Amino acid sequence: MKPAPFTYIRPDTLDEAVTALAQHGADARVLAGGQSLMAMLNLRLVEPKALIDISRLGELRSIRLDGDMIEVGAAVTQAEFLAWPQLKEKAPFIARALPWVGHFQTRNRGTVCGSIAHADPSSELPLSLALLEGEVVLRSKSGTRRLKASEFQTGMLQTARRDDEMVIAVRFPAGVGLKGAAFREVARRHGDFAIVSVGAVSAEKGAVRVGVGGVAEKPACISIGASMSTPDITDRIERLAWELGGHDDIHASARYRRDLVRRMVPTLIGEVRACAK
Amino acid sequence: MTNDADINTHSNAKLERDTPDNSAPWVGRSVLRREDAALLMGAGRYADDVATPRGTLYAAIVRSPHAHALIKSMDTSKALALPGVHHVLTGEDIRAISDPFLIVLKKPIDQWALAVERVRYVGEAVAVVIAEDRYIAEDGADLVDVTYDPLPIVINPREAVRPDAPVLHPDAGSNELSVREFTYGEPDKAFAEAHKTVSLEVEYPRSTYTPMECFVVVANYLRGDDSYDVLANFQGPFSIHPVMARSLRVPGTRLRLRIPADSGGSFGIKLSVFPYIVLMSLASRIAGRPVKWVEDRLEHLQAANSGPNRVTKIEAAVTENGRVTALRFDNMEDYGAYLRAPMPGPLYRMHGATTGAYDIRNLAMTNRVVVTNKMPAALVRGFGGPQLYLAVERLMQRVAIELGLDPLDVIRRNLIPAGSFPYRTCAGALYDSGDYQQAIDKATGDGRLDDLLARREKARKEGRMYGIGFATVVEPGMSNMGYLSTINPVEMRERQGPKNGAVSMVKVNVDAVGTVSVTADLTVQGQGHATAISQIVADRLGLTPDDISINLELDTQKDTWSIAAGTYSCRFSPGTAVAAHIAAQRIREKVARIAAKQLNTVADDIDFGGGRVFSKSNPDNGAAFARITGTAHWSPVLMPESDEPGLSETGIWSPPELEPPSSKDEINTSLTYGFVFDMCGVEIDPVTMQVRVDRYVSMHDAGTLINPLLAEGQIHGAFVQGLASALYEEIVYDEAGALQSGTFAEYLVPTACEVPPVELMHIETPSPFTPLGAKGLAEGNCMSTPVCIANAVADALSLKDVPLPVTPQRLNALVCGAEAAPPAGMAAAPSKAGASDAAITGDGSVTVQASPADIWKALLDPESLKHIIPGCHSVSTVTPDHYRAEVSLGVGPIRGRFTANVKLSDLEAERAATLSGDLTGPLGKAQGSGHVTLTPEGEATRIDYTYGVDIGGKVASVGGRMIKRAAQIVIGQFFERLAGIASGGHDGNPDTADASGKSGSWISRLLGGKK
Repeated sequence: MKPAPFTYIRPDTLDEAVTALAQHGADARVLAGGQSLMAMLNLRLVEPKALIDISRLGELRSIRLDGDMIEVGAAVTQAEFLAWPQLKEKAPFIARALPWVGHFQTRNRGTVCGSIAHADPSSELPLSLALLEGEVVLRSKSGTRRLKASEFQTGMLQTARRDDEMVIAVRFPAGVGLKGAAFREVARRHGDFAIVSVGAVSAEKGAVRVGVGGVAEKPACISIGASMSTPDITDRIERLAWELGGHDDIHASARYRRDLVRRMVPTLIGEVRACAK
Repeated sequence: MTNDADINTHSNAKLERDTPDNSAPWVGRSVLRREDAALLMGAGRYADDVATPRGTLYAAIVRSPHAHALIKSMDTSKALALPGVHHVLTGEDIRAISDPFLIVLKKPIDQWALAVERVRYVGEAVAVVIAEDRYIAEDGADLVDVTYDPLPIVINPREAVRPDAPVLHPDAGSNELSVREFTYGEPDKAFAEAHKTVSLEVEYPRSTYTPMECFVVVANYLRGDDSYDVLANFQGPFSIHPVMARSLRVPGTRLRLRIPADSGGSFGIKLSVFPYIVLMSLASRIAGRPVKWVEDRLEHLQAANSGPNRVTKIEAAVTENGRVTALRFDNMEDYGAYLRAPMPGPLYRMHGATTGAYDIRNLAMTNRVVVTNKMPAALVRGFGGPQLYLAVERLMQRVAIELGLDPLDVIRRNLIPAGSFPYRTCAGALYDSGDYQQAIDKATGDGRLDDLLARREKARKEGRMYGIGFATVVEPGMSNMGYLSTINPVEMRERQGPKNGAVSMVKVNVDAVGTVSVTADLTVQGQGHATAISQIVADRLGLTPDDISINLELDTQKDTWSIAAGTYSCRFSPGTAVAAHIAAQRIREKVARIAAKQLNTVADDIDFGGGRVFSKSNPDNGAAFARITGTAHWSPVLMPESDEPGLSETGIWSPPELEPPSSKDEINTSLTYGFVFDMCGVEIDPVTMQVRVDRYVSMHDAGTLINPLLAEGQIHGAFVQGLASALYEEIVYDEAGALQSGTFAEYLVPTACEVPPVELMHIETPSPFTPLGAKGLAEGNCMSTPVCIANAVADALSLKDVPLPVTPQRLNALVCGAEAAPPAGMAAAPSKAGASDAAITGDGSVTVQASPADIWKALLDPESLKHIIPGCHSVSTVTPDHYRAEVSLGVGPIRGRFTANVKLSDLEAERAATLSGDLTGPLGKAQGSGHVTLTPEGEATRIDYTYGVDIGGKVASVGGRMIKRAAQIVIGQFFERLAGIASGGHDGNPDTADASGKSGSWISRLLGGKK
């Protein structure tokens, strides 16, 4: 459980970081909190030639409000975001979902952007970004671009990030879910990767937006309109369960995952609707 | 482990802090652990902390990704060429200078320290790379090129005994290495006369209890005298020391084994460092330098140790009122790939106590020892008890259900009557003491059972799934070293001579200034043995525990030990503790004689207390302990004539009750027999199907408790591990033999958050067979908790068969029945294709704007295949229908380079073909096949395909959560590219192995089942 040899690069500025990334491209991995990457390095599941450590870049350490968006820099840890004084008021959903990310100890190192860039299908933060319809800010030597959550994560551990780009921030819309936000996940043990996670927030015109993680290759979201009847909702959830399909692993069969979708989603819709009233 | 006391609990242990009462005996008091100061301050001295000799090299082990294969060739040249690599050791190297390990059964199933010719489980060591540091050693390990010739595998013991099963050890002729039948009393008669026969089949799964510290070996071959000096965190039994020495071809005296001061837990597991002690000794000899190896968690979870899985068919002959008159067992125990000494211990360790807490005089038993392509089984806390009691205690519940009786009434009716101890069981165990009725009355009393019943009634009224379970367990302490010979027929035993006993040894020294020091024949694992020994010795010598200095490092060249030495099978309280008592008593008697001479009295008049030695009749006539004992060193002239100078005594203890097996196969398997009664209520979450333990009561009788605080620490630890076996932990192999529980993300050890409170209770019926009255205690809840929870789940859901561990997905399948079909117009999710046994199967179809002829051409053309095979760097043609390719594959950031063999067969031109092949690389290996059919649809062609893939090696064991999806993605790429090629435009970049960008949508379309 020792990594293969690699070059360790600790840039002093963001410009240096993207320059290094331009030089090494696909041979480099960006290290922030390292909570997934270090394990993969030690298991030799990834063998990058260079590791670019951005964890100490001051430029990436801020959480700020930019108009109606909350922008979280790439070096901000999950614990720091959870402790952000405006979190409950501006992003009540994230305030509910973040405590489910790993453990207290791992949140002290793991970053918000790192989790989203890693694009694990079971992770809470990619689900949050998808559910809230946030954005990812990518920087390369040739400039900056923003992608919508739905454009960014393309599959399991797969994103639209180009090899010379790094995630420098993620942006969550502020104020979503003020009329109701709920999050629940099922895992074998406290802090484990979710078998199924479900988030729900109040949306416009009394609708409820629901996101499901852990079942398909990336989070999936649906909208439940205010006028939708209970049988219609049941039917929609049944279709969702089959659309997501699910997969077997040693902790959960595809069928168990579908059953969790069937049992969890109605509860969360009910909770958000109850709040909205 | 040492952290057992952290758990939220009701504790009966009254802590001894700053105001000890020096006049009362120390034994029986909750003296705080003297070990904790160092451990809590990070000052423990573990094997990895010990300084290594100058010039030490570091080892990494190359392990088999195959469950069963012949080793065709091994190319170590690339590894040897890596700067910093000194040597690469192979099976052929060690074969020349060592012998296979001795085993218990006289069967030709050789196991060497490295695989020779053949591998038989995933993770089996095949080579050792010895380098300047561990990093380089691991780099080198990746460069060792082993080619294997895969053999058929067998994982399930039921299949392993079939005549057509692949045989692991051809010289043994069969995977069923031993079948023994035992009869006690008249079971056939009892079954014939029974009111009813109640039967059940249970299966105890594979699991292990993982210590925080993995194996550590520092081996140093000493050329001067052709001997080995080894430091390792070995735990015993030291009956394995001769096994190691024999394999190294040296007498025992030339294998010096040193055990460090601290060990980060063991739970039986650290017996299994022994093959590595031999392996690293050989590595040191070949390298000419000391060699250090530290096992990492990946190695540990795939190859260190597992408890055996057992299939038990059990039957009870019962009377109308639930009295069991006979039991019949058929035990099939699966030991994995080899039968390492002292296996098959778990099948025989409980032998005398097979009837548990019950007065059952008729017993028939068939014991089968089976090998399969899994990691070898060895010691795990509980050691045969969990397997036995899962069968017996589940059956007792079935007896109650099938007779319409209350389960607790059935238990009570069958208990061994109080007052009949010592009690000889029909299979030969001599239960020393007990009062099972009193223990159960107290545990269920004070409203505890009523509360559980009320909780169940309320829950059920509200439609909740709630159940109550009971379990009674007789917990053996200190094994008879002769129990394993029960596996041999009586004629063979007579030829070999009797094996019995369990020799314990402790040395107590008093130095020239009266300081007392102790060494003992045990290995430290965190239990607090030093604390307990200090109490025992202090009591004998009128001192306080703080006055006693204890060094529990063990050195086979300098310490006293016998084959039973070590820490296992609850031998401390009935064994080493007694030897400490005896050694201290001898010192006491000698000091009394010295004192009598100086105090002008007789030895019988001498007493000890408060650090003084004095006359009982005139307490003022006395002297400090240090002054009297100093005489033995400074003033031999003052010694009584009967005594030698000096003050050092060895206590040796071998209880007479541990007799060899009788000619009728009766065997007193252990010296002490404690009692455990557990009851619990569980509720099953209707959303998640997770079992929640609502209330858990555990009553123990371990005789006199030497230190209640330590005892409760042991019970808590065993409870957590019992809970783990019931609900969480399982070593999982897929049908192709790939290990799927290779990290702690797959092998689920419960954390503090998962552990419910447990209410501990004690009664004490002192053992008449140990001077202190103490019994072994540390494994009881590993035996009782899995079945107690299983019984509660059975009660909650009216189940006959409860699969362990009782995981949410298993309960979901049991509770929810078959899943309704998907809504109209929606495809069912990919399911296992009927024809294939492969772990990953799937099917799909894609329509391509090309003719069948074009597609066919693409399939048969190596240049096209280069573009079709995902991530392909090069293709070479081996034969016209066999290609070899170098490919890079992966998903997201995870990628590796593989060598692929692709074969085409069953060709029906332009209509159908089978593609089969394998992939190998450092990340793992895969084998699979796909079948493609082409159907013209107007201008276009529909390609239908099915595939089955087995994935093994590292990715299978560490990537369980994602591996199937990843494989499906890569397979999907193949057919995407086939479609792309055939329709005239591939995506142009054969190095792009993942499904990012535009192919992602295609993959999701394919795998999502949507057209």
